Amino acid sequence: MSRATNLVDQLKALEAEALEEVARQEGPEGLESIRISYLGRKDGRISGILRGLGGLDPSERPRVGAEANRVKGALQEALEQREGELSLGAQGAGEQVDLTLPAREQWVGGRHPVTRVVDELVEIFRGLGFTRARGPEAESEWYNFVALNTPLDHPAADEQDTLYLKGGYLLRSHTSPVQVRVMETFRPPIRVLAPGMVYRRDSYDATHTPAFAQLEGLVVDEGITFVDLKATLAEFARRYFGRGARVRFRPSFFPFTEPSAEVDVKRVVRHPDGSTEESDWLEIMGAGMVDPAVLESAGIDSQRYTGFAFGMGPGRIGMLKYGIPDLRLYLDNDVRFLRQFGGR
Amino acid sequence: MNVSLRWIRDLAPDVTGDTEALSRTLAARGFPVEGIEELAAGLRDVVVGQVLSVGPHPNADRLSLCRVDAGDGEPLTVVCGAPVIHAGGFYPFAPVGATLPGDFRIRKARIRGESSFGMLCSERELGLGSDGSGILHLEGEFTPGAPLVDALGLDDVRLDVEVTSNRPDLLSHRGIARELSPAGQAGLRLPTFPGLDPATPTELPVVSDPREATAGGVTVRIEDAERCPAYLGLVIRGVQVGPSPLWLQERLRAAGSRPINNVVDATNYVLLELGHPLHAFDLDRIAEQTIVVRRAREGEGIRTLDDVDRTLTADDLVIADATRPVAVAGVMGGSESEVDENTRDVLLECALFSPGPIRSTRKRLGLSTDASYRFERGVDPEGLREAVLRAAHLMVATAGGELAEAVAEVRAEPFQRSRVSLRVQRVERVLGIPFTPERIRELLEPLGFRLTGPDDGSFTVDVPGFRSWDVTREIDLIEEIARTHGYDEFPEELGAYRPGTVPDHPLFLLEDRLRDELVARGLFEAHTLAFAGEANGEVALENPISTEEGFLRRTLLPALLRRVEYNLARGNRDVRLFELASVFRKGPEGAPPEEATHLALVLHGRRRPPHWSLEDEVLDPWDLRALVEAVGRTMGGPSEAGIRLTPVPHDDAPPAPWLTPGLGWTLSVVSGEVVGWAGAVRGEGLDLPRWAGTVWAAELRLPAEPEAPHTATFVALPAHPGVDRDLALLLHQTHPVGGVLERIHAMGGALLQDVDVFDIYEGEGIPEGHRSVAIRLRYQDPERTLKDAEVDGEVERVADLLRREFDAGIRGRGD
Repeated sequence: MSRATNLVDQLKALEAEALEEVARQEGPEGLESIRISYLGRKDGRISGILRGLGGLDPSERPRVGAEANRVKGALQEALEQREGELSLGAQGAGEQVDLTLPAREQWVGGRHPVTRVVDELVEIFRGLGFTRARGPEAESEWYNFVALNTPLDHPAADEQDTLYLKGGYLLRSHTSPVQVRVMETFRPPIRVLAPGMVYRRDSYDATHTPAFAQLEGLVVDEGITFVDLKATLAEFARRYFGRGARVRFRPSFFPFTEPSAEVDVKRVVRHPDGSTEESDWLEIMGAGMVDPAVLESAGIDSQRYTGFAFGMGPGRIGMLKYGIPDLRLYLDNDVRFLRQFGGR
Repeated sequence: MNVSLRWIRDLAPDVTGDTEALSRTLAARGFPVEGIEELAAGLRDVVVGQVLSVGPHPNADRLSLCRVDAGDGEPLTVVCGAPVIHAGGFYPFAPVGATLPGDFRIRKARIRGESSFGMLCSERELGLGSDGSGILHLEGEFTPGAPLVDALGLDDVRLDVEVTSNRPDLLSHRGIARELSPAGQAGLRLPTFPGLDPATPTELPVVSDPREATAGGVTVRIEDAERCPAYLGLVIRGVQVGPSPLWLQERLRAAGSRPINNVVDATNYVLLELGHPLHAFDLDRIAEQTIVVRRAREGEGIRTLDDVDRTLTADDLVIADATRPVAVAGVMGGSESEVDENTRDVLLECALFSPGPIRSTRKRLGLSTDASYRFERGVDPEGLREAVLRAAHLMVATAGGELAEAVAEVRAEPFQRSRVSLRVQRVERVLGIPFTPERIRELLEPLGFRLTGPDDGSFTVDVPGFRSWDVTREIDLIEEIARTHGYDEFPEELGAYRPGTVPDHPLFLLEDRLRDELVARGLFEAHTLAFAGEANGEVALENPISTEEGFLRRTLLPALLRRVEYNLARGNRDVRLFELASVFRKGPEGAPPEEATHLALVLHGRRRPPHWSLEDEVLDPWDLRALVEAVGRTMGGPSEAGIRLTPVPHDDAPPAPWLTPGLGWTLSVVSGEVVGWAGAVRGEGLDLPRWAGTVWAAELRLPAEPEAPHTATFVALPAHPGVDRDLALLLHQTHPVGGVLERIHAMGGALLQDVDVFDIYEGEGIPEGHRSVAIRLRYQDPERTLKDAEVDGEVERVADLLRREFDAGIRGRGD
């Protein structure tokens, strides 16, 4: 047996011994002492063996050197792997980590679905230059009716089944009073949204609740026309209901706008198989050119300025958008319902 | 408005197209069709049968055997139970295999031993009326076997048209026909009535006077011309009251009206055709043949046609005879002057009443009728003479009788058509596309408007009476132009716009930030209704939906706590909700209620989602405190004030009814103003399952005009390390830690950056009534590294302060 072969065998035996020792270690200290004892540059046992290289035939040296490097590498790797295993801590020696276990979570809440719809609508109109204005829910007859060109003895004042308060005030039956309040406070150009709660003396059933959200829009400036109204709402519909959405205006009557319109939208429904289909016409809002009488009662010159206004029900839009069958779900506030719109 | 399509086609022969197309046209004009009903749908199988002979039934006295020609060539044998059947007469016949309304199927039958091949039908069996006593005898000549619906003109369709409250002219078939006819006004006609003696005068003289007029033996006087601008009376003598002919009954039924008798039916017919409410009085029951239109005397009574005794006020207008009211003007007639089978002479009323007072009387009496519905919205002030004569014609055609020689008319002023100026340029300025004068004329004239001009760019538009209520201004005409031009015809090109001058309301911005913060911290937003009982509200509703909730809430929490109960009852253990909404308090006398936006939140259940690696922990005061402090930081304006939490001592009365003293805080802002409370909800008011834990809650008022959120200011990062020193304090229980920390912050010196509590211990080794509180002090100077000795000095100063002010033992210190 050559001297070189003997050295290679010694290295192999050393490797086996070292790997076994590594596997036995339960802490980083033991691994470090193994590293020193085998791989130490001065006193390490591999270095000790390599000192015997000097007495070898130079042609045999590379073979022993290569084997020594291989053993060093293997030991280094074993040490690192064991180190990694031990650093996982509590898992215990040699135990596998089951990474399929569920995550450690935090509670996350969510905005009410009606608020979500309002926020989405506001976001779209913000992109069209609108800001948000606010008004009280307990209103006067003046702001809720008279200033909106609705005489109190006209049947139109009855149609909304207003809830009255003792003492001559009422709960606003629409967000339109905010129109008047904004026009009294600010000068044109005006481009505002007025989201808020409105009240009606309605039954409490799947399609009616006595209080619900409404979103009003108002634009007043020189040169605002019916075409601007139609274009703005058509653009809104495309942004909210998706490309291909179309709007249809139908003549209607509101005391505070003239001409007035009911606005329907038809959207493109995409099926999972990629095919598309147009929905039915969905009635989503009322709109119209601000009646000159409304401008005048807010102190705005109706010859110089024109405007348009629109109003929609985010709760009903939410029913369409999320497929909610019953308005009362909004008010039950069952957390299993609220969670369906985000959160956990 | 129930519309009979046959009636429409009678009035406007140029109306073509099927039901669907006409419905679309109406919708495009602004009057959507809510329902379509095929009226003769159940009578498709019924034919006209001619009874050839009538013979006795061999086995039954009360039955007869008829031979009926139903157009099949071979006469059929039919067993019939009706008392009177004439040989040679025409009757509705349902052959074997036919289905009648109510899904009644006709089969071949053996009745007392005789075969019967079909059935002769009564009015009731056909659903044409309530008379089930005899077989319906068809007047006139018919072809046996002809479908009954064709023979009688039953092939009608009823449209339920939604008419907006500004268009009373559309509460009539003529109004609807005007919208549907391609030629509009010019396409309309009024067909003459079958059976009307051609000698009947088509016009009658009118005795007209501003106050009192007499004609046909009747005197009419108006005492309140403001509420009754016009009253026409026409006498018809010698009528024979009885059922109306079938065609008239069918017409009324098609339009949703119930036939009564030929006199009343004539008034209802004209109401439905022309939109004019009319009333027929039994002239014999009108004292002194005198009609007085006057205010009711306070407390005066009348029994109305619905057999209800009603008490009137001086604010109600009545039609009276010489002694008593005979009708509530514009609402309902009185039963004492009602037309019945004994009536010989009739007084026909056609009047004009002011909408407002009709509306208030109708509301006070709770009595809405076809008449009041139209008067409230406005009837055609020009059409009275036409309407009264048309009704009279129909009456004499069906009930006989003689028209009086003249109509009595009291009218203070003749009706003047209003003239509205329409600027051609203005049309484009409102609608956004140009309209030529020719096009404007083409759009408006079919609606009945008469245009003169344009002169100097303006038309003068003559408004017909039936549009006098809704068209009074230029904008009303512009709407008509847009509507008849077609909304679909307007382009959708978005133009340039100027940004507005209105900033976002700051309260919306605060609400946005609060929602983001609370959602990130695990809360779901809830919406609840604003109504409350007296315990939680002070602003009373005049007309509440339910008497238990007759007030507007002044606090959000009660409703939110009901939502916790709702969720826990459904097994949802982890409930974390918040709401942002208005609450209401009484304002000063005469002022509106004071309205404020509140934030309320409720918490129940575990601190975090369950996980196999963790013990479940339930939410506790420190979780609530963190939320409230986060809300405070979110609200904070530049002052960085936030919300101050002051514990409510255990022995105090609850400052809010729901709050548990000793487990809650009073919340205040920098000014010291109390804005709300937070803490454990007292168990008494809650209805929770036995397994439920503590419910934590908070409610606070948001500022009406919140300040802008705090703007961060950059501070240079320290270039030199800080030094931590720990102190273990032995504190008596009477010293809350919060006060100790506040003093350390206040007196700790410029180098003290931070104080943390990192352990609290009581029990073994700690004297009775004390606890050990471990705090960590962090010292730092951005400019230099601190020396041990100077930190020691700083710590000693704090230790001294604590010994002095809080009698604290300093148990040891480390670094």
